Amino acid sequence: MSLATQTLASLQRRIAAGEIHPRDVVADLATTIEAGNPQLGAYLSWDADRALAEAEKADTTLPLAGLPIGIKDNINVTGQPCTCGSKMLAENYTAPYDAGAIVRLRSGGAVPFGRLNMDEFAMGSTTENSALGLTRNPRDPQRVPGGSSGGSAAAVAGNLALAALGSDTGGSIRQPAALCGCVGLKPTYGRVSRFGLVAFASSLDQIGPLTKTVEDAALLLNHLCGKDGRDSTSLDAAVPDFTTAIGRDIKGLRIGLPREYFIDGLHAGVSASVKAAVDRLAALGAELVEVSLPHTDVGVATYYIVAPAEASANLARFDGIRYGHRSDDATDLMEHYFKSRAEGFGPEVKRRILLGTYVLSSGYYDAYYLKAQRARTLIRRDFEQAFEKVDVLVSPTSPAPAHKLGELKDNPLAAYLEDVFTIPANLAGLPAISVPCNPVEVDGVSLPIGLQIIGKPLDELTVLRAADAFERG
Amino acid sequence: MPSPEIPIRHVATLARLELTDEEAARYQEQLGQILHYIDVLDRHDLEGVEPTAHAMPVLDVIRADEARTGFSQAESLTNAPRRAMDQFQIPKVLE
Repeated sequence: MSLATQTLASLQRRIAAGEIHPRDVVADLATTIEAGNPQLGAYLSWDADRALAEAEKADTTLPLAGLPIGIKDNINVTGQPCTCGSKMLAENYTAPYDAGAIVRLRSGGAVPFGRLNMDEFAMGSTTENSALGLTRNPRDPQRVPGGSSGGSAAAVAGNLALAALGSDTGGSIRQPAALCGCVGLKPTYGRVSRFGLVAFASSLDQIGPLTKTVEDAALLLNHLCGKDGRDSTSLDAAVPDFTTAIGRDIKGLRIGLPREYFIDGLHAGVSASVKAAVDRLAALGAELVEVSLPHTDVGVATYYIVAPAEASANLARFDGIRYGHRSDDATDLMEHYFKSRAEGFGPEVKRRILLGTYVLSSGYYDAYYLKAQRARTLIRRDFEQAFEKVDVLVSPTSPAPAHKLGELKDNPLAAYLEDVFTIPANLAGLPAISVPCNPVEVDGVSLPIGLQIIGKPLDELTVLRAADAFERG
Repeated sequence: MPSPEIPIRHVATLARLELTDEEAARYQEQLGQILHYIDVLDRHDLEGVEPTAHAMPVLDVIRADEARTGFSQAESLTNAPRRAMDQFQIPKVLE
């Protein structure tokens, strides 16, 4: 059996004991990807020779001991492609530097290995918006893996990666983790440097781990967090040893159940699975408290103003001059911009650039953007009030299990509404994890469901402690 | 507040995006639906609420005023789709 089925923690122990060398892990993984990726489509590219050379030289005394970590294709790693799932960057872009998160990961001893598919510029929740290939759900190849970090989740849950990095702007780590059946953690906004993460919505984006276990998420998080002078929004906060959250109990932990998250529109299977999960948490000694987040109903609307507005500004950098796709058909500068961008961006990216440009345009700023920023304040206050009574909040990660391929393709609004439970943590900057709960049977296939646990700002320790206790049952 | 019809051609010009007629019609309709949905914001009284730009605001971030090595000219040009005479090449802007 492939080593790719193992956890980081177990391989770390075997490497430390001298039973295996990281080069064996990378070689094994390369063979596994070679065999499995044509079906799954999780990776867009991988450079086995480079990773083998790095694993060969790895310092096995470091915590991550030369272990290979898959990287979402919007995080820069020196000398590697960084396509963002877009034609815009597919032809001729090679990353000239390591992202801040990659610098940290390397200093923990890890080897970045493989570029994972994603919705174009991280815009989407199915990975079908990638211009560069289809990723399937490892539990059912007729279904989507979720998104936008769909390649990361499919690779980890489908045993084509030990662990991976993703990015989460409105749920893009947690939702695919839920739909594929692995663990996905979005840290507090500012915990992990965004330097070198291709910007989608700068006030919401955050890099985080997708792993097979909560323990592995804690282990990776230890080597992602910390102040980075190259990201002015990165927080100068103490980074605890997150693995101290593992193996603890949750007796007396106050768990909030937001009334607005357990709604009628929920898929019956999701509802049953999450109810069973809540019962398990109670059986483990947690105290359940019903709470209210009264502005939940405007979370999606707020997000679909703020995120496209920021995206329209961030994606203005793609001018076809310094990097990225350049049209061959333009005769003057304006035409050059219009055609290079029209040819390079796909439909969902164009849709969001247009929406963002509109809500920021003269005469509409107060009606949309300012209003959304005000609603964002109310959403943040909802959480502050809830966290006066509880230590963490739990909810479903996604209102439904994985959809069939193509099911949401022509209905952008329906796709946006899928983010209803994940968006608020981004708007409020809170840490949140998705951990697998009981799967549900749909059309004879067992589909994964995710339980979301949301914590107070910078309190990843409690989020991990609750998730780990739940995972161990 | 009912959402007005989006002047899609004007917005596309602001965004520097060329649209086909078919795209313009499709985006006009889809954005109209999305903006209609966004009107749910009017369910809550937002008057006088302080706006939030960042959930975890970090203010006055400065670094020491020390010279640092950046990319060389050659490195800066490696990803340019077209370059000439060690510079980025752009379409002619002056006659």
